[in-house]
Amino acid sequence: MLEKILTVKNVTVNLSGQTILQNLSLDLEKGTSLAIIGPNGSGKTVFLKTLLGIIPYDGQITWAKGVRIGYVPQKIEADRHLPLNLENLLRAKSEILKLRKSEIYSITETVGLSPKLLKTPIGYLSGGQFQKALIAFALLGKPNVILFDEPTASLDQLTEENIYELMNELHEKQGLTTILVSHDLSVVYRYAHNVLCLNKENLCYGTPEKALNEETLKKLYGAPHKYHQHHHDN
Amino acid sequence: MTTNEIYAVILSLLAAASAGIIGSFALMKKMTLAGDVISHIALPGLGLAFLFKINPIIGGAATLILGTIIIWNLEKETGLATETTIGVIFAASVAIGALITPKEDLIDALFGGFQPISYFGFLVGLGIVALIVIFLFKFKNKLMISLFSPELAAATGINIDRINLYYLLSFSLTVILGLQFLGALLVGALIIVPAAIGRQLARNFETFLIASSAASVLSVTLGIFASFYLSLSLGPTIICIAAILFALSLIRRR
Repeated sequence: MLEKILTVKNVTVNLSGQTILQNLSLDLEKGTSLAIIGPNGSGKTVFLKTLLGIIPYDGQITWAKGVRIGYVPQKIEADRHLPLNLENLLRAKSEILKLRKSEIYSITETVGLSPKLLKTPIGYLSGGQFQKALIAFALLGKPNVILFDEPTASLDQLTEENIYELMNELHEKQGLTTILVSHDLSVVYRYAHNVLCLNKENLCYGTPEKALNEETLKKLYGAPHKYHQHHHDN
Repeated sequence: MTTNEIYAVILSLLAAASAGIIGSFALMKKMTLAGDVISHIALPGLGLAFLFKINPIIGGAATLILGTIIIWNLEKETGLATETTIGVIFAASVAIGALITPKEDLIDALFGGFQPISYFGFLVGLGIVALIVIFLFKFKNKLMISLFSPELAAATGINIDRINLYYLLSFSLTVILGLQFLGALLVGALIIVPAAIGRQLARNFETFLIASSAASVLSVTLGIFASFYLSLSLGPTIICIAAILFALSLIRRR
């Protein structure tokens, strides 16, 4: 029996009078990867933010002791014209966590960003570079849990592959636990141990092979769904 | 120049340096309007102090704390209602302040002026500067991340509410420092205008803070000289110089 890292029990989230998540329960084991799928507006991002403790909820969310979370948001509501560069952000986090300075450079290399981009104002980074910068920020300080909200939405195919390879590596090397929101079922099949179909409530849960069938997907997305179709909802 | 005048000059320069840095964060927080309210809310306090003949700074400080708490609570909410409320508080403070301030003191309360500072006042001023410096030194990283993204800050384990409160208190302390020589109407400008200059010139965080602070100190230094030699009113002179520096920074950017 693997060690539990997260227990979610009867979690309900209401935002401005609307129920966004209803009675959600699940357990997550250490070192596993959970994918969350669901249509737009089904509460995926809200669920991640609830896990982070940003959104008020009813029910119970219990993280195991010693959990360090890294979070890669889907998009960020930041003024990209702020006079900040990636090094400023990474250094701020490394000073808060009292890390060695060299970790900034190694994490930048790990996500495949060239060191000179550290000095580039964030507003000048391309969509893909910015996404990688967010991933670097999340990975800095060696978290043991990563929450990824569609991490590869603005990345090209090759970079996307690299990021998932990196996640796989971190799984194997560091026993990282991942919670991943994705629209891409092929990613779910390749990288997730378990999948949660979310549409306000838990519609299916289990290994992708068992949990995902035509009926569930029809219930989830409301229309017949082709398994290996690569698509993005915007 | 008397010793008490030298105290006043030193404190104004320290206030300027703090204002540049506090203003840089205000600009990143997009709280220019809220910042103005915090400073304007000092006016009714100044008015009451003039009325009852107590030290104006004490009166100003008392209402500033009230303003800080109001804005801190409003910041937790978002949306149009907040903007509107801030606008109303802003207008109401100026109006109430204008009504209760004795006519002969109104110009001073609004636009400030150069006044010698006692040894005790100087020590209190230095204490305030120390508090601001400690806050900025201790919390600048947390503040920067929470300005960039509250979500990333939460994931990093930063208590955003607390950081916000500390920041607003430092903001108010900076206003208190600047209140005497700039007045309730102009002190907000010393926080915002130099930061706007810094933003034009800087490409990263450190240079932004340094440039804003330098622009602020330069404005106050030139302002003190200009007002002294040309017998101009101090507060408005400083802000005019800051505005001219801002215009120059726009040209340099192109």
